[in-house]
Amino acid sequence: MTPLKPVGPGARVALGVAFFALFFLAWGVATLGGYVSPTFLADPGTMAREGWNLLAQHGFLKDILVTIWRVFGGFVLAAALGIPLGMAMGAYKPVEAFFEPFISFSRYLPASAFIPLLILWAGTGETQKLLVIFVGSFFQIVLMVAVAVGNTRRDLVEAAYTLGASDRAIVTRVLLPAAAPEIAEISRLVLGWAWTYVIVAELIGASSGIGHMIMDSQALLNTGQIIFGIVVIGVIGLVSDFLFKAFNRRLFPWSLA
Amino acid sequence: MEPRLSKLVIQGVSKAFSSTRALEAIDLAIEDNDFLCILGPSGCGKSTLLRIVAGLEVPSTGKVLLDGQPVSRPGPDRGMVFQSYTLFPWLTVRQNVLFGARARESVADELILRVGLKGFENHYPKQLSGGMQQRTALARALANDPKILLLDEPFGALDNQTRALMQELLLGIWEADRKTVLFVTHDIEEAIFMANRVAVMTARPGRLKSILPIELPHPRHYTMKTTAEFSRYKAALTEEIRVEAMKVI
Repeated sequence: MTPLKPVGPGARVALGVAFFALFFLAWGVATLGGYVSPTFLADPGTMAREGWNLLAQHGFLKDILVTIWRVFGGFVLAAALGIPLGMAMGAYKPVEAFFEPFISFSRYLPASAFIPLLILWAGTGETQKLLVIFVGSFFQIVLMVAVAVGNTRRDLVEAAYTLGASDRAIVTRVLLPAAAPEIAEISRLVLGWAWTYVIVAELIGASSGIGHMIMDSQALLNTGQIIFGIVVIGVIGLVSDFLFKAFNRRLFPWSLA
Repeated sequence: MEPRLSKLVIQGVSKAFSSTRALEAIDLAIEDNDFLCILGPSGCGKSTLLRIVAGLEVPSTGKVLLDGQPVSRPGPDRGMVFQSYTLFPWLTVRQNVLFGARARESVADELILRVGLKGFENHYPKQLSGGMQQRTALARALANDPKILLLDEPFGALDNQTRALMQELLLGIWEADRKTVLFVTHDIEEAIFMANRVAVMTARPGRLKSILPIELPHPRHYTMKTTAEFSRYKAALTEEIRVEAMKVI
């Protein structure tokens, strides 16, 4: 194979699908062939049946919607506060010097470690779920947006100054539009991470959501349901990522062209 | 007749970056409607001098006066075209030309026509060639109606053929408007072809070595580059620059 040589669109799809087929085949052989006990791993057919059961009889759709709402709620909250702060830090160096050390420290605090504390403060309701996602996303967004804004090409800033732009206009007419596609990309990335936080939050002290269903299924040793839950998370993550990408492409046609 | 006030006066301007001296005590005056080329070997500080005039750098000593007013920061009265492509990528050609605080729509449209970009108004910079981007940058600087146009090797990144066409375009605009121009380049032919006067700088730390008036008639046609007169200027300047380039090689 020649390094870096592009692969055709048809072959790309075929290869991608082939892996899924192989994966299911290996899973099927391992479970249906009796190599792995059904107690530990359900076979693909059982997973599909259990999944249908969940949707048709146990109102799993409602759990899915609850989880989606939590992810977006927490993410929107983190973005609404984090993007402006990150922009202020990227644009104004004293603001950066003030916040940066603390936020750099905070970003390494794992969101899951805050769950007991957040339960203590906010109970086990929706506020606590949103807070877990907020803690997990906010500091990441702030730091990455600050870097994106701070990395704006200096010659563009200088060109704007020679055209008579004020200090304020540099922020609104140069730094913000220049960093906008990267900020959108950062948001897409952080939204992906928010999905991992929400499940962790739902594993502990929740009465609804995909994570809660997975915990319930573990008590019943129903590995089919657990796997179905995990698959659903993967599919939703993939779809939201795809939509986000398409949205960014529409919003910033100039950055591709 | 009373003596005419120079449009731009550079008085004893020097610049040092931490331990290195980039510029040493430059004195230079540029008249209204002048086209002055600053010619020097690479690294001689000619770009630094232009950036000081633009207000993008602060001189270590000395000052720059524009119409008698000291320059302290960048402003719309000094339009600049950079060597790098500095169009705002998120704006179309027309929006770029209209970016300046003083740009007017009618003037912008006329300039787009003059730099040959009619039909490309709604293109994004990424969709344009390097030459087209620099033509847009020139139109953007002119649309703001600056008192003086500063050009920092604006055609340096272009291929030879495109560069020659760009020189003709800029010269044509200057011959029509006589906007005061300060043009920095290391290209001897480019300097002679466009300038009224060529200021030669020494190797780092940059000082003014000599000023050579170019007495070629206007309008200048590209065929002029092959005349005997042009060659004489070229021979003289080549000798001056060569000595300086040797010092830093």
